[in-house]
Amino acid sequence: MIRFENVSKRYDNGFESLSRINFAVEPGEMLFLTGHSGAGKSTLMKLIMQMERPSNGQITVDGHDLNRMSNSQIPYYRRNIGVVFQNHQLLFDRSVFDNVALPLQIAGLSHHDIGRRVRAALDKVSLLEKERLNPIVLSGGEQQRVGIARAVVNKPTMLLADEPTGNLDPELSEEIMTLFRQFNEIGVTIMIASHDVELLKRMNKRILGLVEGKLVHDGVLW
Amino acid sequence: MKSKRPSVTGNRPSTRPSTGARPSTGASRGASVTRRPERAPAPEPARQQGAVQSKIRLADKFEAYFAHHSTSAIDSLVRLLESPFQSLMTWLVIAIAVAIPAALYIGFANLQHLGETWEGSSQVSVFLRPETTDARAEEMRTKLATRADIAKVIYVSPAQGLEEFKAQSGLGEVVDSLEKNPLPGTLLVTPRLQNGSDAAITSLEQSLLADPAVADVRLDMQWVKRLQQLMVLGKKMVFGLGGLLALGVLLVIGNTIRLAIENRRDEILVVKLVGGTDSYVARPFLYTGLWYGIGGGLLALVILGIGFFWVSSTVNQLAALYQSNFRLQGLGFFGSMQLVLLAGLTGWVGAWIAVFKHLIQIQPR
Repeated sequence: MIRFENVSKRYDNGFESLSRINFAVEPGEMLFLTGHSGAGKSTLMKLIMQMERPSNGQITVDGHDLNRMSNSQIPYYRRNIGVVFQNHQLLFDRSVFDNVALPLQIAGLSHHDIGRRVRAALDKVSLLEKERLNPIVLSGGEQQRVGIARAVVNKPTMLLADEPTGNLDPELSEEIMTLFRQFNEIGVTIMIASHDVELLKRMNKRILGLVEGKLVHDGVLW
Repeated sequence: MKSKRPSVTGNRPSTRPSTGARPSTGASRGASVTRRPERAPAPEPARQQGAVQSKIRLADKFEAYFAHHSTSAIDSLVRLLESPFQSLMTWLVIAIAVAIPAALYIGFANLQHLGETWEGSSQVSVFLRPETTDARAEEMRTKLATRADIAKVIYVSPAQGLEEFKAQSGLGEVVDSLEKNPLPGTLLVTPRLQNGSDAAITSLEQSLLADPAVADVRLDMQWVKRLQQLMVLGKKMVFGLGGLLALGVLLVIGNTIRLAIENRRDEILVVKLVGGTDSYVARPFLYTGLWYGIGGGLLALVILGIGFFWVSSTVNQLAALYQSNFRLQGLGFFGSMQLVLLAGLTGWVGAWIAVFKHLIQIQPR
């Protein structure tokens, strides 16, 4: 599903965020990405999202060679990847429903299909009764669940989450993780960046450990 | 895609029991979440998803495309109306920039129209020497009337001339007090204009002057010609001014749109992250520019209408004084529509420039 071959990312200021990363993720896998802040977790996610281009090496995602992808193809590529952010990235000028509907509107679904799919996604994250509210009145955990609903509403083959439980207490993080696990069970490939060691221990999944831009660990928790 | 690492293959969901069954997930809120999916129309397994997405029918895509056009158009108009004062200021700036060249254009078009009416009635006045008798003048008239380059000749005798002058000038008493008629006999020659060529006019003038009975020849049309040339120059200046003001409108709209883009930066980033294309992101802003232009154009029409109403009564009075039935001509329906469309187009172009300068720079980082 995802393959990194000798991937390095050096920024214009000379800082090498990632150096010679190699790993592969199978379709339907669920794994974690860990490391201190600045270790390169976000950069790795951004490379997969095509928000950055690698300085060296080759990235293949779902059969696409990302180096060969033109800028005009990137939007269509991104529609197959759901993303969840630590700060939710919700839009507070519209309702919960409209936030979740955004990817479907962009993809050009019919009005009827959008309503059906948004309600299914909101039901999945237990927020169906709050679809008319503005996300600003929701709690942090609820906002994160709206973000997840938006990430999965387009039925992506892959889900990326950057510190999805960063601001949440353990009970809420557990709730979010349960959601991710459910999506994984229906075959969605899930990659979660987190530095929450307790969470990683509980989940007991494959972990990619980054230290100063180098991949130092690959496997179930040490 | 096959991995060589044992740990990877060991982690495949297919080779190990579902994590959902593990007791460690029993947190109370988590459990409440796990119970619900039965109600939801469960998403299909991942393997089918690519197929599902490509199955979005073309008809649906077109429908969604047009739906996004109409929602963008309506939303951007609603946004403008939500801050009426700010929008009105922008509309006014555009309206003034549109109204000034339009008003000048209307003015020159009217003057040109006036000039054309005069040119049709342009005459060569041939003043005869005072001693010329009416019979001699009549003879000259019939001779001139046969010439190919002359359409019509009218003889105005000194007595007739005096009568006309008395009637038109309102100076009847003054005229009556004159001892003798100071007016010469006059032949009013209407040339048959061959594209109004100056050389033909000049040769006509020369041949008329050759007659010893002729005191002077006045070309009434000369100044009309000059006016025409001035009109052409004036129109060019109007177009130049219009071009400059259009540039001003482009800059005003470009700057306004740039601010609008900055205000909606977060939204643009999210839309780009979930797969919005550049044209999808640009669409509402292009409509905003269009609305600015069209609104400015309509407001310009209002300004022009008020100005027209204000000026035309004076013009009509003036025309009445000159015993002319000249009436000021406005833009008319089609001219007005063209003006609004042109303003709208300018707004759209201004937005387009701003959008593709600033929107491209906003990339998720």
